[in-house]
Amino acid sequence: MPETRLHSSTAFKIWIAGLLLLVFAGTAVYVCQLVHGLGVTDLSRDVSWGFYIAQFSFLGGVAATPLILLIPACCHGFVPFRKILVCAMFMAVAATISATLIIIVDLGQPRRALNVILHPSPSSLMFWDMVTLTAYLVLSLAVGRIGLACEKNGIEPPRWMIVPVYALGLAALATRIVGAFLFSGLPGRHYWHTAILAPRFLASAFSTGPALLLLMLFVLRRLTGFDAGRQAVRGLASITAYAMAANVLFFLFELFTVLYGQAPGPMHTVTYLFFGHDGQGAWINGWMWFASAAALLSLALLLPSGLRDNETLLPFALALVVAANWIDKGLSFMIGGFTPNPFGTITGYAPSLAEIAVGLGIVALGLVILSCLVRTALPAGEQTGP
Amino acid sequence: MMYNKRYIIPGILVFALACSFPFLLNATSEPYTRPALKLPPGERACIEPTSLMRTDHMRILNEWRDAAVRDGKRVYVASDGKVWEASLQNTCMRCHANREQFCGACHNAVSARPDCWSCHIAPETPGAVRISGGGKLP
Amino acid sequence: MRRRDFLKAAGLAAVSLPLALPAAAFAETAAEGTFARPATVLSAGRWAMVIDTRKMASPAMQRKVITACHAWHNVPSFTGPQEVKWLWGAAYAAAFPEQALDPPPEALASRSFLLLCNHCENPPCVRVCPTGATFKRDDGIVVMDYHRCIGCRSCMAGCPYGARSFNFTDPRPGVPSPNLEYPMRASGVVEKCTFCAERLQRGALPLCVEASEGGILFGDLLDAASPVRKALEAGLALRRKPGLGTGPGVYYIL
Repeated sequence: MPETRLHSSTAFKIWIAGLLLLVFAGTAVYVCQLVHGLGVTDLSRDVSWGFYIAQFSFLGGVAATPLILLIPACCHGFVPFRKILVCAMFMAVAATISATLIIIVDLGQPRRALNVILHPSPSSLMFWDMVTLTAYLVLSLAVGRIGLACEKNGIEPPRWMIVPVYALGLAALATRIVGAFLFSGLPGRHYWHTAILAPRFLASAFSTGPALLLLMLFVLRRLTGFDAGRQAVRGLASITAYAMAANVLFFLFELFTVLYGQAPGPMHTVTYLFFGHDGQGAWINGWMWFASAAALLSLALLLPSGLRDNETLLPFALALVVAANWIDKGLSFMIGGFTPNPFGTITGYAPSLAEIAVGLGIVALGLVILSCLVRTALPAGEQTGP
Repeated sequence: MMYNKRYIIPGILVFALACSFPFLLNATSEPYTRPALKLPPGERACIEPTSLMRTDHMRILNEWRDAAVRDGKRVYVASDGKVWEASLQNTCMRCHANREQFCGACHNAVSARPDCWSCHIAPETPGAVRISGGGKLP
Repeated sequence: MRRRDFLKAAGLAAVSLPLALPAAAFAETAAEGTFARPATVLSAGRWAMVIDTRKMASPAMQRKVITACHAWHNVPSFTGPQEVKWLWGAAYAAAFPEQALDPPPEALASRSFLLLCNHCENPPCVRVCPTGATFKRDDGIVVMDYHRCIGCRSCMAGCPYGARSFNFTDPRPGVPSPNLEYPMRASGVVEKCTFCAERLQRGALPLCVEASEGGILFGDLLDAASPVRKALEAGLALRRKPGLGTGPGVYYIL
């Protein structure tokens, strides 16, 4: 087995040490939040969910990545995806753990978190969120573990594997749909209370996931020489392109309904996100315009197959997809939902430093988990590679 | 034969030491004595026999909580037929009028930290008042 | 036994132990005594409130009812966006967004409206709560079990009336002289108006109703002879955001 830069170099150690530093900083700030309460956030009576729940929505999308590969690989016999399935599974595990943690740091009484299990409430989507996330985490760990063992020993996976694999796909779908229902089922929150929300969640997950996976594979190729194969890269890039196209279209559908229908509540949200209120700009406006431009530019670079196959341009286009989708889910989604507030007025919100530090710490922990999983598994992939 | 003897045997020793640490520590410190409780003057008995209150007050309080808050049943008919309002602040603490001297005496001695008092108000809280007009139960 | 099998068995045992323990711990026995509803309790098929906004408009009157409520219930007197409130005054457009007349009649534009939890017939906050910490009683009152709330704030996102407050910090510094008759809340839980469920148990009407000198009526919506039904017969009343299907139990006479 060739020693790669991932395994031998001190660069890996520095990378992990840097991430751990962020994890420790985040933990320290979280301890501060535990002592002083959620008063350390910029959340308020009117904007009661913010940066944390927004990151939960975004990371939940990243967690659904394996579904993108499972359907072509298992249902349509597309072999090139099998090799990178494990990488996607690792991304899912890391993202699911991060998403779960971010829900816990958002709780006012985290010590009582298990009340969700002690007093189950099937009418609550927060309860189903817990159920689907747990099922998804267990299934992806099991499928990843068995798949890896088979690959290592050079044998075909057992036939019954198809059952947990299909269950995993369904669980991935369920986490996204339940994740959207958490918001779209709320009356009086104009930006969320729309049937297009679940399709938007799916489309943004199916573009963010493969884009991040491809970016990770490019980094791995630079560091270790691990090659996913040209067909796999092309496949992922096409999926990203079409899912992103659907995502942008869905958002435009929503914009049409709001702007042509001109119901005051929904109009208020959209005009606030892009223009602010009463001639007063809001800090989110610039981000919204940037995200819109990034989304359109990414489509221009991804949809024509000639440009999409250009591997110098591709990482740039993928980064634009991730940035646009992060601003959509991870930044503007909560502000949109809580603006205007129930009184038809504006209560401003911008994530506090504490929220950013804790969120960053949790994402860093996810990256530590991902890095370690990839590092232990990669030699196995190397041996069976072409 | 045994692999990694160098790590396993010290590991087991450290594990055993860590598990028995509370007992070792306890053996060297002075023995536990039941704290003297400051009982309410003039009162002879609690809602249930003292032995039961000593062992089961936490369970009874939980049952009071659920009956009063969730089922709206705020009246407790004790086993001796006496009738009480199921309320920590308005029944228990009217007799046991000092949290630190009554609850705290044992809880501190055994390092129990129930979180009743993160919401409920101890009678000795500085500035605390009883706003009249609430009516009385039963 | 191979080492691998031993490790597997040990792992399984380690996982199943904490699963088995709570089952034993929660097998509680019944109480020695029995529980009953107090004989003094006021009961109704569906409690409702009618606020005569003409009588409740003056700042002195509003201050009086709000103080009666907040002082009794130990509601902290914080200000700013993280404030806690059960009962408060709001302008016409804020109380009835998308429903208010434009241009507003002078009498309404200058009037302050008392807002509180609507104790909905079909409450979204109850639907979304993941632990059953907030629930609707048979008499229509939506109450909170502060012992059970995990502070996820789903109910605040679900409530279209902004009736709920979250304890972002410890409320104690905001309550210099707490009322020993009623508990406070801990940092990290949501709270709101209870329609004074604890006073109805004692045969007393809600504090705001008592302090309002007849400006706020309270009674059984299902009883045609109740003061709320009579008031609704007599004058035109509004409910907030009727289109959402929540069925608010608080009516406003303009």
